[in-house]
Amino acid sequence: MDDVILLDFWVSVFGQRVRIALAEKGVHYENREENPQNKTPLLLEMNPVHKKIPVLIHQGKPVCESNIIVQYIDEVWHDDKSPSLLPSDPYLRAQARFWADFVDKKVYEAGKKIWMTEGEEDRQVAKKELIEVLKVLEGQLGEKPYLVGESFGLADIALIPFSVWFHAFGKMTMNMNIERECPKLAAWVNRCMEREAVSKSLPHPHKIYEFDQKKKKGHE
Amino acid sequence: MADEVKLHGVTGSPYVCRAVIALNLKEIKYEFVAEDLSNKSADLLKYNPVYKKVPVLVHNGNPISESLVIVEYIDEVWKGVPILPQDAYEKAQARFWAKFMDDKCFPAVFKAVSSHGEEQAVGEAHEAFQFLENELKVKGSKYFGGDNINLVDISATFVAFWVGAAEEALGIELLPKDKFPKLTEWSDNYVNCQAVKDSLPPRENIVAFFKKRFGKA
Repeated sequence: MDDVILLDFWVSVFGQRVRIALAEKGVHYENREENPQNKTPLLLEMNPVHKKIPVLIHQGKPVCESNIIVQYIDEVWHDDKSPSLLPSDPYLRAQARFWADFVDKKVYEAGKKIWMTEGEEDRQVAKKELIEVLKVLEGQLGEKPYLVGESFGLADIALIPFSVWFHAFGKMTMNMNIERECPKLAAWVNRCMEREAVSKSLPHPHKIYEFDQKKKKGHE
Repeated sequence: MADEVKLHGVTGSPYVCRAVIALNLKEIKYEFVAEDLSNKSADLLKYNPVYKKVPVLVHNGNPISESLVIVEYIDEVWKGVPILPQDAYEKAQARFWAKFMDDKCFPAVFKAVSSHGEEQAVGEAHEAFQFLENELKVKGSKYFGGDNINLVDISATFVAFWVGAAEEALGIELLPKDKFPKLTEWSDNYVNCQAVKDSLPPRENIVAFFKKRFGKA
């Protein structure tokens, strides 16, 4: 049996990407929950450069950076039984990598701003920025079922964990209605959530909301 | 059917240079479309509407943006000299270090340059360089890719060439040889690789650029 360990923190969208990929491939692994306030020696040893989760440890060797881990998983567990997470066509593969990188560069930053800002005015500016970013993704999605090509893959995996946070932001009286602003993206979220690998890898929005509330009250 | 390959770029950009090196390594015939970044072409805006930046590779009319994505694409489409390792684990390591260049190394170097070698900024650049120095030490090889250059070396082109030009232009020290012997040696070897030599812009142009952009009046 392959020896696979995942160092993760339940709230992390980046960790969730890896969980989804492992679940899509039906890979058995040992999950080890990390506490960002108290990192284990193993994490520091396996990711000395960034000291962050997720880290996939396969046969004792670490792979870091979520989009890189997802590609690694796709390349190692590659058989007829499980779906490919990247298209076979090189041009579409390049598109998948481009959009996965876009999520990191734009969605994460815009989402973080909303998360971090206090004050209604600043929040509204942050919200507007996020909607603009989501509209770009809406444009990329178009009439396709998934972000790149016809199959669920790397770009979708990169983005879908953020959908739980958008739901939670909605609760934070943001009045951010994804369904209205980006209806195709909203439909895409539902489509992805129908995949068992996705729905069982993502936390419930309520838990994210609770986490946010606790953090704001200074607990951890 | 002949392949049509175009690269939209500017000669002074280290990101564009990555794509040029990859194209030259594979001996691909291409047309370089020089862009004026203050007056971007309609084609550039059409091919890269998301970022409106260079480089953009256009292969038979299909555009690819983001330098590291372009380099991987070139490696997958054209056989010949390999740019990424075959082994999945080694590939993941190469991608990790290439990403490190963009996420950590480049921003730290940029800060150090734009601040004219301010102590804390240089310290952060040195932290990034130290990881690279250690990696070369552990590998014990001429390049990050072993005996031949690979994705990591290509992604670090700005360290090998642009850093030295900035040092000269601004009279600052960013990459001291005594502190980073392996990285310095790697830089010297790297800029002398044929494909790299054929791809680098004239050094005096880069020095002039840094003087103009960051030089004190």
